[in-house]
Amino acid sequence: MAEPLLEVKNLKVRFPTDDGIVKAVDGVSFQVFPGQTLGIVGESGSGKSVSMLTTMGLITNEQALIEGEVIFEGQDLLKLPPDEMRTIRGSKMGMVFQDPMSSLHPFYKVGDQIVEAVRSHQDLSKKDAMDLAIDMLRRVGIPRPDERAKQYPHEYSGGMRQRAMIAMALVLNPDLLIADEPTTALDVTVQAQILDLIDRLREEFNAAVVIITHDLGVVAEHCDEIQVMYAGRIVETGDARDIYYHAQHPYAWGLLQSIARMDQETDRLQPIKGLPPSLIYVPSGCAFHPRCPYIMDVCKREVPELIPSNGHHASACHLSLAEKERIFREEVAQKA
Amino acid sequence: MGRLEGRPTHEPFQESSEPGEHVGRYLIRRTLFGFLVLVVVSLFTFIVFVKLPTQDPAIRLAGKHPSPQELALIRHNLGLDRPVWVQYWHFARGLIPWPGFFLDPRVYYSWYNTIPVRTEIVQRFPITLTLTIGATILWLLMGIPIGIVSAIKRGSAMDRSAMVLALIGVSAPIFWLSLVLLYVFHFALHIAPPPGIPAGEPLWKAIMSGVFVLPWISLAVTNAAFYSRMVRGNLLETMSEDYIRTARAKGITERRVIYKHGLRGALTPVVTMLGLDVAFLLGGAIITESVFQLPGLGQYALNSLYSDDFPAVMGVTIVGAFFIVVANLVVDVVYAFLDPRVRYT
Repeated sequence: MAEPLLEVKNLKVRFPTDDGIVKAVDGVSFQVFPGQTLGIVGESGSGKSVSMLTTMGLITNEQALIEGEVIFEGQDLLKLPPDEMRTIRGSKMGMVFQDPMSSLHPFYKVGDQIVEAVRSHQDLSKKDAMDLAIDMLRRVGIPRPDERAKQYPHEYSGGMRQRAMIAMALVLNPDLLIADEPTTALDVTVQAQILDLIDRLREEFNAAVVIITHDLGVVAEHCDEIQVMYAGRIVETGDARDIYYHAQHPYAWGLLQSIARMDQETDRLQPIKGLPPSLIYVPSGCAFHPRCPYIMDVCKREVPELIPSNGHHASACHLSLAEKERIFREEVAQKA
Repeated sequence: MGRLEGRPTHEPFQESSEPGEHVGRYLIRRTLFGFLVLVVVSLFTFIVFVKLPTQDPAIRLAGKHPSPQELALIRHNLGLDRPVWVQYWHFARGLIPWPGFFLDPRVYYSWYNTIPVRTEIVQRFPITLTLTIGATILWLLMGIPIGIVSAIKRGSAMDRSAMVLALIGVSAPIFWLSLVLLYVFHFALHIAPPPGIPAGEPLWKAIMSGVFVLPWISLAVTNAAFYSRMVRGNLLETMSEDYIRTARAKGITERRVIYKHGLRGALTPVVTMLGLDVAFLLGGAIITESVFQLPGLGQYALNSLYSDDFPAVMGVTIVGAFFIVVANLVVDVVYAFLDPRVRYT
């Protein structure tokens, strides 16, 4: 087995606030291998964005309390001085954000913004850097890239802007691309294009990709490995088949059951009961227990460990494997 | 193939139309509008004066014990026996910014000392200009850096004390500040020269004598305070925008993030304000010129008002309005240049 490109060990990120300490990430461990696509799924507040922002060193809140290890290509990023981290950010690791309209600077031309990314890390002339930028724009499927490079972000359509952001993140051939909700702000048809683009570029650049999303549909087709997060913890991991056809965690079941189906008679959608938990007053034991239909006594007391059932399919739930399989078969598989 | 990407779809490609044609139309429209503004300003000034109970200028000009015929003659020369709208028309003609028309001395001569208004304005303008330029440079040098540092080190002791000082600066009335400065630095410490410019002294000599220093400081303090607060607020706002996060994600230095990305958005509104503030001052800093006895447009305006000297008042008002109208146009053009999202709409 190859060495992991990125290895996160027991990462905890907490933010002190006036109302209490927000436990945004509460002991998260995972690995990303070269050439792999990892999908991190969860609702707002699950910690999915914060964990990746911490990996990139983009948590600027000075009072943030960060523990654990984030090992990238052999180095613990959390222990790196900011200047060294800066050299990695943008060149070895690239990140794409949710809303490309507000994520690109409105006053500078797109080409210039990409050139800036290049020249911050490499000693190229402006012309060479611009050639590189134009080539990158072409590779992400933007027509007439030499003209487009001289335009401003507001002159692009939404899908094109996201392509430009991807171009900017990949221009220095990073080993890891992190996409934080890359398609959430886009039309559905454009979403598919962007995800296909990411797939294609992953192969071309031989990079690993982490896609953060709340949309199960997005991860199903495009991710090798899926990680479901809830209240700052990972509750289930596995590949797409594992999650969709053999899900083991009640939260995952709830997600699957709440998907609207075209091929079934449905009167009402079936949401997960209850509300997302407070990250300041996290429920004791299993954080999902207030909303879980299968709750047992132990769930309120003990935090369930992420236990693998076979290979890399693991879930953090006190139910026995047999119980999980039964419930999935009888209740979830019918409706999901 | 079947792949959607790479195929030129009907994307909203805005054909960059000839910028020249748009600019031309825009400028013409703005110029006409600006002229309209001047007309309205002059009309209001005229109406105010017509309605105001003022001393008959003929009486003042006539000297001691004028006969009724003399008074009538003077009034006729001044055009005061004509109907009101005819009088206005004569003044309105003086609005056309063209040599020969603008502030035509046949109409615009002072009722007080019969010197053509145009002459006085031309003579006094350099003083006001010196005052404006010096103060502007001073307040930009003070206000902007303080605003930037306060934003970067937000919440620090430096930030808090700077903002308290700024609050004082913004609140302090200019006449109070001017008087305090004059008292402390001239009367008490004897550092500053006596206020006023001796008649006939050339401008450069006056500048060298340092008589402008206190007025510069006085004007600069209020504006520096205002600008530092504005820059601080704007910069804090831009630094919390999404594109700042993207800039950091690219791995550029923090200094570049602040100055190239954050400041660029923060300073654009400052340019707008600056244009208008400068234009305002060019029309005459009335209070400052009075306290420090500088013979600029501000002092002229004040004196003319006191002596009900209508042509002078009209002239100074028109000049002041003219500066503001031009400044508005310049500022809008500059803003469109700085912010590509706004283009000559």
